[in-house]
Formats: sequence, structure tokens, C-alpha cells
Amino acid sequence: MSGYGLTGRLKAAPSEQITLIQPLRGWIALDLREMWRYRELLFFFIWRDIKVRYKQTLLGASWAILQPVFTMIVFSIFFGRLAKIPSDGIPYPIFSYAGLLPWTFFAAGLANGANSLVRDANLVKRVYFPRLITPVSAVVGGLPDFLLAFLVLIAMMIYYGLFPTLASVIWLPISSLLALVTALGVGLWLAALNALYRDIRYIVPFLTQFWMYATPVVYPSSLLEEPWRTLYGLNPMVSVVEGFRWSLLGQSEPRLSMFVLSLVTSLILLVSGAYFFRRMEPQFADTL
Amino acid sequence: MIAGTMNSDLAIEAVGLGKKYRIGGIIDRNRTLRDSLGSLLRRQARTLRSLGNGARRSPKTENVIWALRDVSFTVRRGEVLGVIGRNGAGKSTLLKVLTRISMPDEGYARIRGRVGSLLEVGTGFHGELTGRENIYLSGAVLGMRREEIDRKFDEIVEFAGVERFIDTPVKRYSSGMYLRLGFSVAAHLDPEILLVDEVLAVGDAEFQKKCLGKMGDVAGEGRTVLFVSHNMDAVRQLCHSALWLERGHLQRIGPTAEVIQAYLADTVQEGTGVVFPVMNEHHGIGFNGVRLALLPGNDGAHDLHLSLEVLARQAMPRVGFGIELLTNMGARVAYLDERLTNFIFDMEPGLNRFEMECPAIDRLLAAGDYVINLWLTIANIDSLVTLDRAAALRIPGTDLYGSGLYVDVHRHGPVLLPLRVRRVEAALLED
Repeated sequence: MSGYGLTGRLKAAPSEQITLIQPLRGWIALDLREMWRYRELLFFFIWRDIKVRYKQTLLGASWAILQPVFTMIVFSIFFGRLAKIPSDGIPYPIFSYAGLLPWTFFAAGLANGANSLVRDANLVKRVYFPRLITPVSAVVGGLPDFLLAFLVLIAMMIYYGLFPTLASVIWLPISSLLALVTALGVGLWLAALNALYRDIRYIVPFLTQFWMYATPVVYPSSLLEEPWRTLYGLNPMVSVVEGFRWSLLGQSEPRLSMFVLSLVTSLILLVSGAYFFRRMEPQFADTL
Repeated sequence: MIAGTMNSDLAIEAVGLGKKYRIGGIIDRNRTLRDSLGSLLRRQARTLRSLGNGARRSPKTENVIWALRDVSFTVRRGEVLGVIGRNGAGKSTLLKVLTRISMPDEGYARIRGRVGSLLEVGTGFHGELTGRENIYLSGAVLGMRREEIDRKFDEIVEFAGVERFIDTPVKRYSSGMYLRLGFSVAAHLDPEILLVDEVLAVGDAEFQKKCLGKMGDVAGEGRTVLFVSHNMDAVRQLCHSALWLERGHLQRIGPTAEVIQAYLADTVQEGTGVVFPVMNEHHGIGFNGVRLALLPGNDGAHDLHLSLEVLARQAMPRVGFGIELLTNMGARVAYLDERLTNFIFDMEPGLNRFEMECPAIDRLLAAGDYVINLWLTIANIDSLVTLDRAAALRIPGTDLYGSGLYVDVHRHGPVLLPLRVRRVEAALLED
């Protein structure tokens, strides 16, 4: 039963749709067709998020650059200089920045996704639209920040004289997409849970912190021995960060087995997150 | 359920709609995991215990209120249907279910055509964005396509009267401007079916007229409208028919005048449970009957009519009437004894009939439920007989300040205070 949405259509006028409203229980279909009908709203939500994000800030969009850059500086001083953490033979600043760039995008996407329903509670309680749009727009809305911060990476590569090969650059969009899918998957889980249990807002900062140390952002994954290094791929962000370093800095071989493991984990997170979200959806308007 | 077989005359068809809320679920707004885990454990423990006892109690039946139950009705295309009922009768829940914000727990509804809703003005507005940007955002949220908003943009701005501020963030708007812009976007939605909560009449009197006019236009164009309101005048003016909800159930549906009359008359039957006659046997005098009615008076106001029958076994001089008006929560609104009112009469043997009247009582009292206590005295000397809860009175809403809200006894107090404010001086600092 597809329930909400279009279940019948008369011949003549397209506006003469008949909408069926009925109780739905258990696992509900994703109804991606309904999402497609509301694609313009998705676009407007993303546009709003971007537009509003740096309103009434002094530095505006430069925050998108300042955050990872300052983190990179701090990491370089403490982890690179003082703790002398190895960086696979490339300068520690660019090593950590190549990890921080996708990580920052992921962490922001996760946090915004988790908070999306609560933030838009007023809308959810007052208008109908496919609720999936909310977390999706929150996560996707982080892309411009990601692209801005990317410019810094390019500048650093020029400065350090590190240039990628054409063949390795292919890993860049793949890794970015993997980060997006993972952030979306986790974001969907957390958004739905956050609507029902406000504990989530306290869990998210811890989660991102632990997750960052479980990801080779400040250290190289070469510190791990096989088979642990491959199993490490169960955390999709490992492959994302590794993919970035490999494609841009040409160090360390891409490990296909690790990548496949990450991809599978990531897709499981996304699909289960989407279904879990849909399952909880009937409760959102009443509990938010 | 087959959606395609809907009668082509119908815009809305609701069959056995029901919506329940778990009481805990709506009161604890910020539910935490611990609470849920706790109640889960308790439930498991209870289940185990009840298994041991051999007792079977479904945990699902406790703490559930049905905000809506067994509600079936149809709305023809082009019909303007008013939805009336007291607070908590399920009116808003019905709108939420029909707009797909909330999912029903029972029954189903079929709706033909695009549904627009006006449950709150300024839906989707973001304070940091400009008027222009918010028109697009709010339009999209309400279901308009981009090119549709492009097309209607000038009209929306003009209707709201905010041309000069269209590129100013709406957080700098006055609340009137904000409401006007919000309403204007929603009013240009052109849905086949429009669901309106009583936010309709917002802003100053002039803009209110515009809004009512716009709703009239929508109705006149043959579009279907569902209009939820406490304002009986507006319902009477705008609606062909009315639906009366009472504690989540459909009480009555039919021509507007009939339903409104029945709704107002319902005040008479409800809640008293007094068995007449109520006598003071020693003096042989008492009440033989009390009837209360709220009848249409001048200018759309309602007059209170209280018919009293006093039964006297023998003639009795100087009997005083006392009357007390309380809210249904027991707060005193008025206490009028015969010393104050001088309502003193000589009673003849047999039935003595009296008519008390209070013109335009709904222009004096806030919307809500009230209780009337009555008593008889030997004037200024001694009490004879007291009738507690002699009658219940329900006052319909009045939008006294033109804000779209009615004055509610529990939220705003029992008195309608025709307060006004005007600016006596203005100093312009900028622009």
C-alpha cells in the first residue's frame, strides 16, 4: 500500500488527482516518486539553508574556510610538531587538511541532518511535504562550504608542489559521494530519533568526536596492520579520507577491498536510515 | 480501498476518520530515551505479572484519547463548509488529518484536487530572509511551483501592501506587515480545496475585509472551502453548510443556520442534571423549571434568555432573585443578589413565570463555558432555596481585537474589554 500520495488519477485535468489519506503502520515504502514531485521544495530548502547560514555573521562564508584551516593549524602544531605523528612522508599540514576537508563536511552534514526535523518543527507541524526532504536538504546544503574549503586544499597543493595524476583524481568525486551518502544515512537515523528523543542532541557532539578519532584524520591508517586495516573500512569515513589523500597526494594505494566494505556499510546506513525515518514519520507531527 | 471510484461531485469524502493521542505522548514534549526505556521496562514487567495472574490487559487501551472518532462526511465540490465546536472538540485535528500533516489511526479520507491550507499565517517564513525571498520559500512550502510564484509575485506584493519593504528581512517587518505578507502568499495559492483555520481575519479592519473578500472570491469561483472558526458570524456569512464536532465526534452536519442554532441551543441541555421542582418545603416555594437560551440579537450578537418558573404553594410577598455566573472552572464572574439588583417580586399561589434577559451577552463575556447558579430569598433576610448549576451557558467566540483570535475565558479571562490603542506621537529615526 503506498498510502499517502498519488494513488489515482483521472484522465482530463492533472490537478484532479485523488489523494487517499489512511492509517499506515509498520514499514512504509519510501515513495521516491512523491519526493520527485516535491523536488522544487527540496531545492528551496537547500537554498534557504545556504542563504541563512552566515547571515548576521561578521565573516560570512569565510567561516567555511576558517574552521578547517584553524583546526589544521592546531593539529599541525600538536599532532604534527609536538606528538610527531607520522604522515606517510608528506607535510603534516596538507596531510591533515586533506583529511579534515571531507571530515568537516561529513560532521556538519551529520549534525545538521540530526537537527533538521527539530529545526523545521514548525513546518512539519503545519504543512504537508515528504518529510525526507528535510534531512536531505540539511546534508546536501553543506556542499558549498565543502567546495569553498576545497579551494584552500588546491592552494596548499600548489604551495607544497604536490600534483595529482588524472587517473587518481577520479577518486575525488567518488570519495565525496561516499561521504555524502554516509552523512545522509547517519543523519536520517539521528533526525528521526531526535524527533522522538531529545537525547540525540547531546549524543551528536560525542558521536562526531569519537568518530573523528576512529577515522584517520590526524594519523595515517598505515599505522594499522592487516587484516585490521581492511576491516577498518567498516567505517566508511576511513575510505573517504584515504580516497582524498590518495587522489590528491598520490600516497598510499587505494584498497579496493576496504573501499567495497565502506561502500556496503554506507549503503546499509542509507537504506536502513531512510526506512527507519519513514517508519517513524507518522509520529513526527504529533511528537515534535 | 480504491481511490479511483470517488463520486465525481465530491471534493472530500471522509469515512470513519479517527485519530488518537497517547496522553503521555503529547504532554511530555521533550521525551527522553530514559523515559521510554523506563516505560518499556514497566510495561514488560506488567505483562509478565499479568501473565502470572492470568489477567489480560492490553497496554494499548490506557492513556489514549481519541481526538477524532468515527467522523464521516462528504463535501461537494464548490461547497463552503464551516467547522464549529468548542476547544478540544477535534476541529484542528480534523484539519491536520485532511492536510496530511497528521496521519489518521482509523478510517480514511479521499480528496480530489490540490489542497491548500491556511493553518497559520507565514508558514515557512524565515526571519533573516527578505520579503521577496520569503514569498518564494513560503510559496514553495505551500505547494506552489516556481513559475507560478513568478507569475503571481507582483499580485502577492500588492495585495500585502509591502512594496517598499520587499527587499528588507522580514524580521524587521511590523507584525501587521508580516501577517499580511504571509496571508497574501497563501491566498494566491489557488487550490481546488482550501482548508482554513480561523487565522483568516488577521491584521487591521481594512485588511480583514480584504481577507474575507478573498475567501468569498475563492468560494465564488466554485472552489471548495473548509473553514474552521469560533466566529459564528463569519461562519454564517461565508458557509453554505456547517459541521459541528463535539468531543471528537460529528454531532451534526447540515445547512449553516440549523447547525449553528443547534450548537448554541446545546447550552440548554448540557450539564445541569437538576430535577425539578426544587422546593423549600417549609415555606412551600421553589423552582419549577429553568430554561436558558442564547438567541440571535442585534448586530450578530446573541442575547441570553433565562426563563424561570417559581412554584408557590401560597402567596408570598417580597421574594428576591439571586444569580451567580461562574466559569466552568468555578471562577466567579458575577454575583448579583437582590440587594444589588432589587429583583424582588410578590409571588402568587401557583406558577409564577419570569423572563430574565441579557442583551448581547457574547459582547460582554469571553468565549467558553459558564455555569449559572440561582437562588430565591425572603428579600434581604434569609435564603429560601438554591439551585446550583441551574443552567450551563456556552458563549461563542468574538474576535474583539481583529487579530484572528477570539477571547477565550481560560486564556484571557472572562471579560471582553474593548481596549483600544492609538499612537499619539511618532518619531521617525530612519527612512
